Amino acid sequence: MSNAVSALQGSTYDGVVRVEEIGLQGMITLRADLGEKPIATALKSVCGTKMPGQRGIESKGDISALWMSPDELMLLCPYDAANDVAAKLTTKLAKTHALVVNVSDARASFRLQGAGLREVIAKLAPVDMAPDQFGIGEVRRTRFAQAAAAFWLTDDETAQIFCFRSVAPYMFNLLSTVSRPGTEVGYF
Amino acid sequence: MLTLQCPYCGVMAEETELHAGGEAHLTRYGPGSEDQDFESYLFKRENPKGVHFERWRHVNGCGKWFHAARCTVTLEVFGTYPAQTTEPPQDIKDTITAKRPGWSLRNLT
Repeated sequence: MSNAVSALQGSTYDGVVRVEEIGLQGMITLRADLGEKPIATALKSVCGTKMPGQRGIESKGDISALWMSPDELMLLCPYDAANDVAAKLTTKLAKTHALVVNVSDARASFRLQGAGLREVIAKLAPVDMAPDQFGIGEVRRTRFAQAAAAFWLTDDETAQIFCFRSVAPYMFNLLSTVSRPGTEVGYF
Repeated sequence: MLTLQCPYCGVMAEETELHAGGEAHLTRYGPGSEDQDFESYLFKRENPKGVHFERWRHVNGCGKWFHAARCTVTLEVFGTYPAQTTEPPQDIKDTITAKRPGWSLRNLT
């Protein structure tokens, strides 16, 4: 086996916020009717998390379940554990109409850290980032300039973003450009 | 700027997050149908001044197709609803009737 590397191998940029490519991230996509009980049961027994509600996120230990659409869930786990978790879920869901795939290498993940976070995101995505409109624990799939991406806030000063691996350098350049020192707007 | 609420993920999505898919509620005529029916299914579209039903896809989001009822004159949005239907739901029709009495489009009133 060749060594697995992430798209930008942990590039960082320090500006209004700190932009960081977070390296290898285990990702599993689960496609099924999320309203069905066997799906929630399998998720609970393999990952320990509840079924997230609409646009929600549920975490337990180092595994998180992100609601992507009424029939798609994204599971985040340590990179090395992804194959194992996917195999367990596949076994549990053998009799259900469901698809589980390890897609860890298909995407790139970024972390933004800093107080200017909301404003950095608002410059790129058509999302109302006012604190009373977009809270912690909501997953939002949208676009950052021209690239499709999803993001959520883990606390007031930390956000996580993922996009397709093929647009990782584009995303890193975007995030770095809009967080260049001196470009603060101070809106939020 | 048009803002539509995606009925699947509940997001208020603005136009650049969406992709337009043309007129909704067309009857599909496939292989074996009359040439005239097939032609009208393929090419003939309403271009109303007023109430219109459209297909939209939440392309930079949950990726789902949904329907929107809106007015092409004022850009007022009467409502959005899931695409698993062959005609607009009654509550959407009621909303339109309240705001545009006597409206009609193709065979819908």
